[in-house]
Amino acid sequence: MIWLTWRQLRASAVAVYALVAALCVAFLVTARPSEPVLDGLQDLLYNQGTISAVYLLPALIGVFWGAPMVARELEAGTHRLVWNQSVTRSRWLATKLAVAGLAAAAAAGLYSLVVTWWTAPGEGKGLTMALNSTGRITPFLFSVRGLVPVGYAVFALVLGVVIGVLLRRTVAAMAAALAIYIAVQILMPLFVRPHLIPPVQQTVAITAENTVSVGFTGPEATQVTSIKVREPEGAWILTDETVDATGAKVDSLAAGLGNCPPPSPGVNMMDCYAKAASDHGYRQLLEYQPAGRFWALQTLETAIFLALSGLLTWLCFRLVRHRVS
Amino acid sequence: MTTVLSAQDLGRRYGRHRALAGCTLDVPAGQVTGLVGPNGAGKTTLLTIAAGILPPSEGRIEVCGGVPGSGPAQLAKVGFVAQDTPVYAGLTVAEHLRMGARLNPGWDEAMARKRIEHLGLDPAQRAGKLSGGQRAQLALTIAIAKHPELLLLDEPVAALDPLARREFLGDLMQFVAEYGTSVVLSSHLITDLERVCDELVVLVGGQVRLAGEVERLLATHHRLTGPRREAPLPPGQHVVSASHTERQTTLLVRTETPIIDPQWTVDSLGLEDLVLAYLSRPALEVLR
Repeated sequence: MIWLTWRQLRASAVAVYALVAALCVAFLVTARPSEPVLDGLQDLLYNQGTISAVYLLPALIGVFWGAPMVARELEAGTHRLVWNQSVTRSRWLATKLAVAGLAAAAAAGLYSLVVTWWTAPGEGKGLTMALNSTGRITPFLFSVRGLVPVGYAVFALVLGVVIGVLLRRTVAAMAAALAIYIAVQILMPLFVRPHLIPPVQQTVAITAENTVSVGFTGPEATQVTSIKVREPEGAWILTDETVDATGAKVDSLAAGLGNCPPPSPGVNMMDCYAKAASDHGYRQLLEYQPAGRFWALQTLETAIFLALSGLLTWLCFRLVRHRVS
Repeated sequence: MTTVLSAQDLGRRYGRHRALAGCTLDVPAGQVTGLVGPNGAGKTTLLTIAAGILPPSEGRIEVCGGVPGSGPAQLAKVGFVAQDTPVYAGLTVAEHLRMGARLNPGWDEAMARKRIEHLGLDPAQRAGKLSGGQRAQLALTIAIAKHPELLLLDEPVAALDPLARREFLGDLMQFVAEYGTSVVLSSHLITDLERVCDELVVLVGGQVRLAGEVERLLATHHRLTGPRREAPLPPGQHVVSASHTERQTTLLVRTETPIIDPQWTVDSLGLEDLVLAYLSRPALEVLR
């Protein structure tokens, strides 16, 4: 059964592994960055290569390994050939899922390992990546290394298989698997991951020292619209907003907050803004996942994806045993 | 008589549609049984259930003394060539044999190789490039090389030209003669079955309408032609179908006793005429 599984998976497995191998080699031959600023090649590899591969890899596995696995048999009628061999269809499905699942986990794991190794020297030095993310706990970097790619790959595979069993059409299953996988990848960092561990909440006084930026609007740029304070190093910031004395969010900051004398040498403008803000009783609310929670969040999220994969696997066995013929 | 397949009140629904309803049937072991019926009569459903691929919605079925599809041992006992003789288009002929060898403990590699050689199939050829006849032969090879007790074939020759059809059935007969395997073979063409079947089952609307030994069916059915009359026949003679013109009556009669009434001209029947007569008749007849 392992031979048949391998024979049927061979072509698409080779394609995915070739992509992984090419990227791994590219990382191995490119100097590891130790400065926050990447050179052109490093930037291309890290910002475009990594992101696309890590988001692409599980999707490819789901679309090209998962979706056709059973759907193609049902479409061609070959399930009636293979289910008449002296192997129960539970064992048939178990072998197929196990072989492809291990191959998927290994591909994602290998890739994640190489990326983690490559970025290690630059870690914690403010290595900048797409969308100005710096800490590895921030959404774009979080999904690219550690354990989660393995969880994503296994989940995408089983998702593809189940949708294939349900739709019984290879192409439709591929499209649906891709759409659902992308939706999950968007919903996870937006709505689930921030709350896996309750975020740290801090309300800090607005001072000249910790105010890093002030946003203005109005004809003479006198109306202050937003205040940002210094954020904890490497943390994933969920909220950085101004609250009033009662702790309620201030939607529009009081007029005249920006009524400060024009800039002149030797005068820190932030002194004036910060003082005006404190005079109104404003304080700044910070909500964030500190950098130190990286592995805790990685483990939790991987566990969630593996649990979802387990659920889908159970569903897949039920469908193949009782519903499909 | 030992039975290799026995069904009681077997039924299968697809949503509200009943593909098989109250199907009761005994298939004797060691015989070639033909399963005929119009399209949609439930032939494929019955064979797919017997192969253990489709679970029945109601009733009981026992195949080779076990529940279809209940485990590897049961699967090994039943060979199944599904409709349209599916094979893996991307795998070569040799890889199909390798699959058979790996998935069936009782696989007869020598026989499989001999058959492929005899058929003139190139082992390196992809199955997707084979002709319909070659594909059917490959599917048959996979099904028989595991030495099943019962071989189920669902319209294996439907898509084949007359020559390929004759070759396929000839090969099948040779195999049956050699190993004494029980066979259930479905077709909507009675002429295909006439040549090869010992037993016949006529399935209409998901139920068995006629079942029996072919020779016995032919011996006990007669066509009577004579001057027009409506009078009942003597006991022991059952009218299967009747047609009247103004001056003539033609009856299709089943009887165990010779017909002695001199008014009738008695003709023997072909299997096709016999089956067609039953197809247009709503009664259940089982002859043993």
